[in-house]
Amino acid sequence: MTAVVEDRKAANKALIDEVLKAYPEKMAKRRAKHLGVFEEGKPDCGVKSNIKSLPGVMTIRGCAYAGSKGVVWGPIKDMVHISHGPVGCGQYSWANRRNYYIGTTGIDTFVTMQFTSDFQEKDIVFGGDKKLDKIIDEIQELFPLNKGISIQSECPIGLIGDDIEAVSKKKSKEHEGHTIVPVRCEGFRGVSQSLGHHLANDAIRDWVLDKADTGKNPTFVSTPYDVAIIGDYNIGGDAWSSRILLEEMGLRVISQWSGDGTLAEMENTPKAKLNVLHCYRSMNYISRHMEEKFGIPWVEYNFFGPTMIEKSLREIASHFDDTIKAKAEEVIAKYKPLMQAVIDKYKPRLQGKTVMLYIGGLRPRHVIGAYEDLGMVVVGTGYEFGHNDDYQRTTHYIKDATLIYDDVTGYEFEHFVDSVKPDLVGSGIKEKYVFQKMGVPFRQMHSWDYSGPYHGYDGFAIFARDMDMAISSPIWALTKAPWKKAA
Amino acid sequence: MPQSADKVIDHEMLFREPEYQDMLSNKKQFELKHSDEKITSIVEWTKTEDYKQKNFARDSLTVNPAKACQPLGAVFAANGFAKTLSFVHGSQGCVAYYRAHFSRHFKEPTSCVSSSMTEDAAVFGGLNNMVDGLANAYSLYKPDMIAVSTTCMAEVIGDDVDAFIKTSKQKGSIPEEFDVPFAHTPAFVGSHITGYDNALMGVLRHFWDGKAKTTEPLVRVPNDSINFIGGFDGFVVGNMREIRRIFDLFGVQVNIICDPSESWNTPTDGEFRMYAGGTTKEEVVAALHAKATIIFQEFSCEKTAKFIAEHGQEVVTMNAPMGVAGTDKFLMEISRLTGKPIPAALEKERGELVDAMTDSQAHLHGKRYALYGDPDQMLGYAAFLMELGAEPTHIVSTNGGKEWEVKVQALLDSTPYGKGCKVYPKRDLWHLRSLLFTEPVDFLIGNTYGKFLERDTKTPLVRLVFPIHDRHHYHRYATWGYNGSMRVLVMLLDEFFEALDANTMEIAKTDYSYDIVR
Repeated sequence: MTAVVEDRKAANKALIDEVLKAYPEKMAKRRAKHLGVFEEGKPDCGVKSNIKSLPGVMTIRGCAYAGSKGVVWGPIKDMVHISHGPVGCGQYSWANRRNYYIGTTGIDTFVTMQFTSDFQEKDIVFGGDKKLDKIIDEIQELFPLNKGISIQSECPIGLIGDDIEAVSKKKSKEHEGHTIVPVRCEGFRGVSQSLGHHLANDAIRDWVLDKADTGKNPTFVSTPYDVAIIGDYNIGGDAWSSRILLEEMGLRVISQWSGDGTLAEMENTPKAKLNVLHCYRSMNYISRHMEEKFGIPWVEYNFFGPTMIEKSLREIASHFDDTIKAKAEEVIAKYKPLMQAVIDKYKPRLQGKTVMLYIGGLRPRHVIGAYEDLGMVVVGTGYEFGHNDDYQRTTHYIKDATLIYDDVTGYEFEHFVDSVKPDLVGSGIKEKYVFQKMGVPFRQMHSWDYSGPYHGYDGFAIFARDMDMAISSPIWALTKAPWKKAA
Repeated sequence: MPQSADKVIDHEMLFREPEYQDMLSNKKQFELKHSDEKITSIVEWTKTEDYKQKNFARDSLTVNPAKACQPLGAVFAANGFAKTLSFVHGSQGCVAYYRAHFSRHFKEPTSCVSSSMTEDAAVFGGLNNMVDGLANAYSLYKPDMIAVSTTCMAEVIGDDVDAFIKTSKQKGSIPEEFDVPFAHTPAFVGSHITGYDNALMGVLRHFWDGKAKTTEPLVRVPNDSINFIGGFDGFVVGNMREIRRIFDLFGVQVNIICDPSESWNTPTDGEFRMYAGGTTKEEVVAALHAKATIIFQEFSCEKTAKFIAEHGQEVVTMNAPMGVAGTDKFLMEISRLTGKPIPAALEKERGELVDAMTDSQAHLHGKRYALYGDPDQMLGYAAFLMELGAEPTHIVSTNGGKEWEVKVQALLDSTPYGKGCKVYPKRDLWHLRSLLFTEPVDFLIGNTYGKFLERDTKTPLVRLVFPIHDRHHYHRYATWGYNGSMRVLVMLLDEFFEALDANTMEIAKTDYSYDIVR
């Protein structure tokens, strides 16, 4: 076994050396820091992260606007989110993250809509504050049931020096204290979408939590079992298949961020007894803030695959009394037969299959357990916008000799997959067709390839079926023409 | 427990199970929702004339626009040239969006890089990003040409792309003679079709006008060849094949300038091809000498058309010609320019289309359509609808202006079927929502985003406009020419028959009209 591991380490290192040769020398040095092979026992993955991408490479990363509007703010359903600046950013991020919600769209719910100030040349020259002022009036008139408005800055806003904070304050006053949140998430800020998450969290802190009128919801009565789900975007209904478990174990979910979330729920969160945090990367900031300011502890959890779900349910229960602990055990026991049946059905087909991942947020580590529950092995993983603390956390999930690639470029990823030849690649839409052309089964692990949910016990059944259908599809046997195979 | 290993249920059905329904209704206590009565009253108000007037009075807010930004069009254009890497100078998030947007529509990889400008570039300019970016792009992806366009960020700070490219060459990022056409494509001017136009003209200007003053401009030596330019078109994969076939039938050598139909249509055979097909540099050079250029989408190619005309050839512009008369006009122009007769095979296809239209016109005659999308395509579809006896009723274009409005009005005035139709330049899908409530129509023609209108107003949607994210493979079929029009006809009819069946399905109530023969 050790010999095999040593061989893999050597092979992976050689592979890294090989891809670096394609770069100009100075750039190869910079990229070298982001590529590595995991050494068991080390405190992190040995790669640098959260550093600027090289210009001119095909980075898979997005921008701060994508992190704020696309991820954190966009799913808050009863607020109108203005993409402030030119038309494109809002257009491309329109409804494609599948943040499921229940609501009457266009009336009291606005997630799958694109509100933009559609900047023209004159707005660049004269500034967009006046237009923004007017836009807020128009929103109030045409969408009177909105609970709040956020202003998501695109690149030009910061560059031309618009004062969206002043506009927000003024308009909030004019509209009877209506919640209006300016977010300085211009795309050029930071090195990826990650800074956008942080800026969005800061805006929630400064413009929502700090200003929340706790008397707004007079009917709210606290219980000892109140928790908030933080950092679940409800892709394909993930937060719902998570929430149902928390409620089954006797907890009361008083707030859900931000998938299917509302402004009222956000404002309620400081009343929680525990914040349960799913996407650490995008919402650890606000969780830490609530810990410091309101004394609310937070706990990370992982709801991918029965092993991790079980562990997480117990971890969450450990923050409560024995009744909750006992109920958590009941929940675990209740779903055991379902999980066993799913594993019995799919594991024989998936045992030993290898996977390479490249995703954002928490998934490059969190989904590993779910693959392992099915007997699959993750042989390579990396983060689009992870930080050092993400790579530290990853060491608890990965095996010795795993190939690690931070902010992988299209060139590197293609070569890694071509050499490692995994049975499955899990990444995003921009990567999907590249690998499928190469004949490699693929699942989009941002959007679950329009399937889902993948979180929780109900989600694991879908996850297992999807991985099996991707790998076992008869189509892969047809990618080479029979006359080519014979040759 | 609704889920089981025997029958795994997806999000579509999972959340309808009682335990999830209970959970979701319980969640409402924390949402501080408005009362159902209040929601209903606002829903009803949005359907009124009063709401429509307020909606149309807005002059600052845009809701659900039917347009994208310039650099997206530039990436489309760059993709139409052989072994060309698209390089967007600006912040990197934009490129992630363009690649994702095209991949979702074409279900194909879309290669494009950016110069990844961040705060320091915002302060000091993006020169270093260009110098390093071109070096990296050149070493890694080995293109024959790099087509540079810009984002709003680079434009706001005023980066001089021409000078930056020259400096990059001096610094050895790329060889001196390497071709780097460029275009300024600020996202706050025009739309994706403007970007297509600018980028396309950028390529022509580079080769024809002396490569940014580094070589002598080319001298035109007129010959009898014909150029064809399609414009920004979501059906480009099917349409370019059809256009080539039509020219082949004429026996005319066509020089298609900008053809991404192969790069967005590569086989799955175990190999990823980053570059496939496209117009070669030699073809771009040869295009200068052509007798004429036929441009299929005037509003998509305004500057390009002017540029080509200034270089001495005849330019024939059309507005996404569709249907019988539109295609007739296209073929007659080819015939006029080349002196070759219309091929019998095409004449037969024409007859087949007319035949299909006579077979089916009864179902579409008098049906009212709302359309939205790019200016040229609106003209093409409207003309075809009116040939079928259908009645365009609302024509909305977020990126169409005054000039376009006049052109559409002239088309509408040319037939009685255009009588009841209004044209709405610079309006969005939220305006259209009001129109669909106050002046309802039978069908909607647009892109995927129209499904929200379909849901709200119960107007069936025919997906014939870019982007189409929620249906697969439409882009593989032509919408142009007689054959393409046949496809469009079938799509219109399918939607009609589906709607009719759905409306007559109720057993023992409405199903007397649930007919076998139609």
